[in-house]
Amino acid sequence: MSALRHEPAFVDRQSFIELGARERALTLFDEGTTRELAGPFDRIESPWLPLQGVTPQADDGCVVIKGTIGGRSTVVVALEGAFQGGSLGEVSGAKMTAALDLACLDAEKGQPTAAVLLLETGGVRLQEANLGLAAIAEIMASILTLRTHAPVITVIGGTVGCFGGMSLAAGLSSYIVMTREARLGLNGPEVIEQESGVDEFDSSDRALIWAINGGEQRHAMGLADALVDDDVQQITTAVRQFIVMGVPATHRSSQVALYRERIQALDATQQVSPQTLRETWGHSDGTGSTA
Amino acid sequence: MSHYTGIRGAAWFRALTSGVAPLPGDPKSVLTADLPLGEGSARFLCVVPNPEARFPCARHGEVGLEEAYTLATRVREVLEQDKNSVKRPIVAIVDVKSQAYGRREETAAIFLAAAAAADAYGSARLAGHPVISLVVGHALSGGFLTHGYQANRILAFDDDGVMVHAMHKEAAARITRRSVEDLETLGKTIAPLSYNINEFAKLGLLHKLLHVNNPEHPSDEETGKVRAELLAAIDDARRGPRDLRVRLESPGALKTRQASLRVRALMESQWQEGPGPVRRD
Repeated sequence: MSALRHEPAFVDRQSFIELGARERALTLFDEGTTRELAGPFDRIESPWLPLQGVTPQADDGCVVIKGTIGGRSTVVVALEGAFQGGSLGEVSGAKMTAALDLACLDAEKGQPTAAVLLLETGGVRLQEANLGLAAIAEIMASILTLRTHAPVITVIGGTVGCFGGMSLAAGLSSYIVMTREARLGLNGPEVIEQESGVDEFDSSDRALIWAINGGEQRHAMGLADALVDDDVQQITTAVRQFIVMGVPATHRSSQVALYRERIQALDATQQVSPQTLRETWGHSDGTGSTA
Repeated sequence: MSHYTGIRGAAWFRALTSGVAPLPGDPKSVLTADLPLGEGSARFLCVVPNPEARFPCARHGEVGLEEAYTLATRVREVLEQDKNSVKRPIVAIVDVKSQAYGRREETAAIFLAAAAAADAYGSARLAGHPVISLVVGHALSGGFLTHGYQANRILAFDDDGVMVHAMHKEAAARITRRSVEDLETLGKTIAPLSYNINEFAKLGLLHKLLHVNNPEHPSDEETGKVRAELLAAIDDARRGPRDLRVRLESPGALKTRQASLRVRALMESQWQEGPGPVRRD
């Protein structure tokens, strides 16, 4: 109980990024309420990876845990960035879709269950190509259905980030929580460099990547609802807060006129300055999901 | 191969809408028209290449920022107009190269633009509009997620110029560290990897494969045939559920997506049980 402390605050904080998917999910819940569904001991693995000489994983890199957060029924679906880059295959995709659909059934029975998606993913798992893409389309459809009954909260902790098709899933969410270490975008820098050339995007330019895709930028331009430190406590608090806030009046992805006008106002003859977007999109009416 | 992207889309849009002028005021890359179809009318939408597009990375049939928000606007318009009336069918004619790969696009959050279009299509489906996707050419990756993959029913032509995939061959080969030849060989035995539409059909995601003799130059007769198939799909969609469960209940899915079905059955049985032992380290 000494009054003298020399350590900075981050010494005490528990890193979220350093945790694996299962631990990340568990830290969010009220103690003693958790239960994993389709867990590793149920052993539903990708049927497609072994056919290609790739070792599958017993949970297919997707952890589904049900319980309560702040006393409210919630399902958390966490992607494991360390397995195949968090990519969506048939099994991991089906787990996420089923979790969202079952939460929706709860709501229809009068007991709403919120969903929290911990997205660390490059998108489609290319070894399962078309089934990954189909799974993402189905995840998106299920988010659309659930989010009218209960909030769908996307947390991007980092450091894989959320890219590819799953960035659309994030875009459909009721709320997005990001750390400074997290990134959110449709096309990763390497993909843009490959498809459109190094002049379009130099994927070795780390500062450029974070200026565009980074959590701080996405929050400042009004596209993420909370910017948090890499701290379990802060992330848990943000998630609890959004569960309590419930379904927003208007989802960001439904505010078509607002964003269409913003795109029309851009000068497309040159690159768009991230700083300008902070000033023109951020703060006023773009900071939250509620219109 | 990709230089064909967009030619088929424009051709089928013209044929199915009998050459009427697309609704004015939009970027030239998005064609929209309302046409009588069966007893009512339907809204047709198509993304086509626009060499003069404002955004340089969206000039070859890619779905970019303007395309996505225009689609979202035109689909939401139908939702609004039909709020208190019969829900008009929406037909997405699909021939899209991909999403636009550009820095401008990333900076201005193309992920949200794409989500907004998918939101509009999905919301239309949930509101009771039959949403039909007609894949006449390429349906690639984020382009398809944005334009077409939220449909109740997906129809596709069965010829070699039609392709549904997560990524074009060269890039997919590079990322999975294979040669294009190896990828093609694997695709022969592993259906989800295949670039062939007949193999894709085995996944059970399609409502129906259609055959036309000349997919780049639709004849009157074949246009009539496709229109009849659209009507049948619309009718089927009106009678079916508004979610996407048909994709998992189809005969193809029962064979190919058994792992998905096992996951769902298991999670349904586990969902209502009480809390298990806490696992904290």
